[in-house]
Amino acid sequence: MTKRSQDLIDRLAREARKGRVSRREFMHHSIVAGVTATTAAGLWTSKVAAQTPSRGGTFRVAQHDGNTSDQHDPGLYQSNFEIAYTHTVRAYLTMINQDGTLGPDVASEWSATPDAMEWTFKINDRATFHSGKKVTTADVVASMNHHRGDASTSAAKALLASVEDLVDNGDGTVTFKLAAPNADLPWIMPDYHLAILPDNGDGTVDWQSGFGCGPYKMVELEFGVGGRFVRHDDWHGDGAYFDEVEFLVINDPNARQTALITGDVDATSLLENKTLGLLGRNPNVEIDNVSSAQCITMPMHVDVAPFDNLDVRMALKLAINREELIEKITFGAATIGNDFHHSPAMPYFPSEIPQREYDPDKAKWHLEQAGMDGLSVDFSTADSITTGAVDAAILYAEHAKAAGININVVREPNDSYWADVWLVKPWCMVTWGARPTPDVMYTLAYKDDAAWNESHWKNPRFNELLLQAKAELDDAKRAEMYHEMGMLARDDGGTVIPYFPNFVYGRRSNVNHIGQLSPAWQMDGYRHASRWWFA
Amino acid sequence: MGDILGLVAKRLGLGLVTLLVVSVLIFFAVELLPGDIAQAVLGQMATEETLAKLREEMGLERPAVVRYLDWLAGAVTGDFGTSLIDGEPVTAKIADRFVSTLFLAAYAAVIAVPFAIALGIVVALLRNSIFDRVANVVTLTSISSPEFFLGYILILYLAVKWSMFPAIASLSSGMTFLELLERTFLPALTLVLVVTAHMMRMTRAAIINLLASPYIEMARLKGAPPWKVIVRHALPNAWAPIINVVALNLAYLVTGVVLVEVVFVYPGIGQLLVDAVAKRDFPIVQACCLIFAATFILLNLAADVGAILTNPRLRHPK
Repeated sequence: MTKRSQDLIDRLAREARKGRVSRREFMHHSIVAGVTATTAAGLWTSKVAAQTPSRGGTFRVAQHDGNTSDQHDPGLYQSNFEIAYTHTVRAYLTMINQDGTLGPDVASEWSATPDAMEWTFKINDRATFHSGKKVTTADVVASMNHHRGDASTSAAKALLASVEDLVDNGDGTVTFKLAAPNADLPWIMPDYHLAILPDNGDGTVDWQSGFGCGPYKMVELEFGVGGRFVRHDDWHGDGAYFDEVEFLVINDPNARQTALITGDVDATSLLENKTLGLLGRNPNVEIDNVSSAQCITMPMHVDVAPFDNLDVRMALKLAINREELIEKITFGAATIGNDFHHSPAMPYFPSEIPQREYDPDKAKWHLEQAGMDGLSVDFSTADSITTGAVDAAILYAEHAKAAGININVVREPNDSYWADVWLVKPWCMVTWGARPTPDVMYTLAYKDDAAWNESHWKNPRFNELLLQAKAELDDAKRAEMYHEMGMLARDDGGTVIPYFPNFVYGRRSNVNHIGQLSPAWQMDGYRHASRWWFA
Repeated sequence: MGDILGLVAKRLGLGLVTLLVVSVLIFFAVELLPGDIAQAVLGQMATEETLAKLREEMGLERPAVVRYLDWLAGAVTGDFGTSLIDGEPVTAKIADRFVSTLFLAAYAAVIAVPFAIALGIVVALLRNSIFDRVANVVTLTSISSPEFFLGYILILYLAVKWSMFPAIASLSSGMTFLELLERTFLPALTLVLVVTAHMMRMTRAAIINLLASPYIEMARLKGAPPWKVIVRHALPNAWAPIINVVALNLAYLVTGVVLVEVVFVYPGIGQLLVDAVAKRDFPIVQACCLIFAATFILLNLAADVGAILTNPRLRHPK
């Protein structure tokens, strides 16, 4: 290695330790500097990831979407404050790691029967509630039952619908018996509703107290205002570097940004895309811009003319300039879509599927095939779907003009959009929250009999693969299946997917992380309190 | 004096009737909002089954009138019910927040009222001078700008650029009173800017109005200096309209702080009300609105009593 490339790599490592360079960028630049990929990976491990986080300090975080009506019942969790709270104070059977893989939390290991009909989780014997009581299998069973059965009001009921029985094996393991095979069950466990809570002894759980077995203990809390937390010394996982953590609810985006600039807080969730450029110039502030599995979709009802014609669907998919939408509508804070609802932030992402480009000439050709030159279609949207939703639709309409397609943008009222437009109008714009796996997403909105099959798309091969993949425990084979399903959705499906919006949040430059951030939620999967540290 | 007590009693009685009407209006306004609390709590992932379950838990399956009368029966005995979301008593949820809002309003009032009246007297004295014009333009500009905009301007200069005051007014336990005053200075200043113009201009107009009266001419002729003419002779007769405007603005300080609370992250009652409306948590909406309505009624009453007490003709009717 020459002295010059050594200097460059040292500088890269320094920047990476501050979290300014991601692992991917580090690898890329190191290879450019003249080292092999293996060496670069080694350098990352030795120079960046190996830095020892320092302990101590009070970490103050501005949190958006906090309400006075927030509460402690995990079955009714909905707001971002509740989700940030639960990942700080409570724990789950499994967790999404910073590199997007699945890792242990309260469960130290898990395994399935070959038919994926039974999953057994072994409970970490070090897991301890804030009361000092050890986490037992009875707690796990009661916590899951909180979301099951007729009496449950949990929003996660559907997620566990296929769980037929929960068995406490008496040896520190719990077995989930399923009605249908599900190779993804461990991936469902980090869902924010499924927190592990102490059993009351009668099969119900104590959610009212707001305690759990997570990395921090609640000291003070007022919903809609904020809370104060101290480290739980018996925390079974890694991290929890800060002595104390304070959450402050700041719903106004401007106020969050100001608080970060003035140093009133050390980090803030959800920054506004339009001010990222300016904020990025502030030397005291670092911005994290992370790919997510949130998605903007534009489903066409494939059983309604003219969308029942594959050439028309193809023409509309080719007539959108995704890059320009990302640049102008999201200010670069999005990941490009490819007309199948599987984000690079989800497992099994088929990266070899070719990116669909903007090609008005080809779109025109498809219209000629369909005999529909000068096609005119209505496209419904509303401001509340996503920032700049109406502008995005109008920009799309401009792109489509080059292909001789007239997209008539219909601006619908915000209030009744989900009741009167979504699933009703033949072509509209929709926003989807992040789902953990392609299986959950496809089952929810692309399966032939799904209640939310928003494009009415019923492809037999796709549905066959969907069921097969659910029972397939071999990762390589599953990845192949999701590849084929992605191709089917992309080339036959009824949904135009422009982009996956990124998670964008900020921190003061004295706050560090390892340079990789979990794609599960904002703020490193809302595990910022236990994963980040002060330099 | 007996007349005043009679008046107060009568007005309080009418106030109670007003509150009753307000509570009916609010209940049915919340009922008219599309969707209900069960849907708001469960969100997009709601299923018919979980919705029905939650509605039953919250007692939403009973007819609206029955639920209202139920609430009213409690309210009459001083029990304002419990939050539909978490079952906590409404009074416990509101008490701290209301104290915070009252504190901010009082902080702003203590600065704004003397400042506005003094400024009004000075500009009346120096009417049509450059000072008068500038004071008018500045105060009118600040009352014409939305509160959140004023708040942002103050944050930009006083917090971000010059770092004189904290940008967010979050409260924590164990703050000294001085720290509290510093933390909440920017929101208080925003409110001061919003209410000053109204009071200042009413003071100026009321005084200038009287300056054409013969008794003012008399005072001038006897050689009293201009400030004395205004403070000793004009002001006492101008109190009634000024008190009215002051009362109106005090009520505004309590009820109109929602935006200021949001911009400065101040944990007051406005934020609570906004959340409660979004979630259709009727008992909290009702309690907040009744507090606001009662504030208006009481301050208007105070204004009328004040006007009578400062006017000997009203104090001693024939």
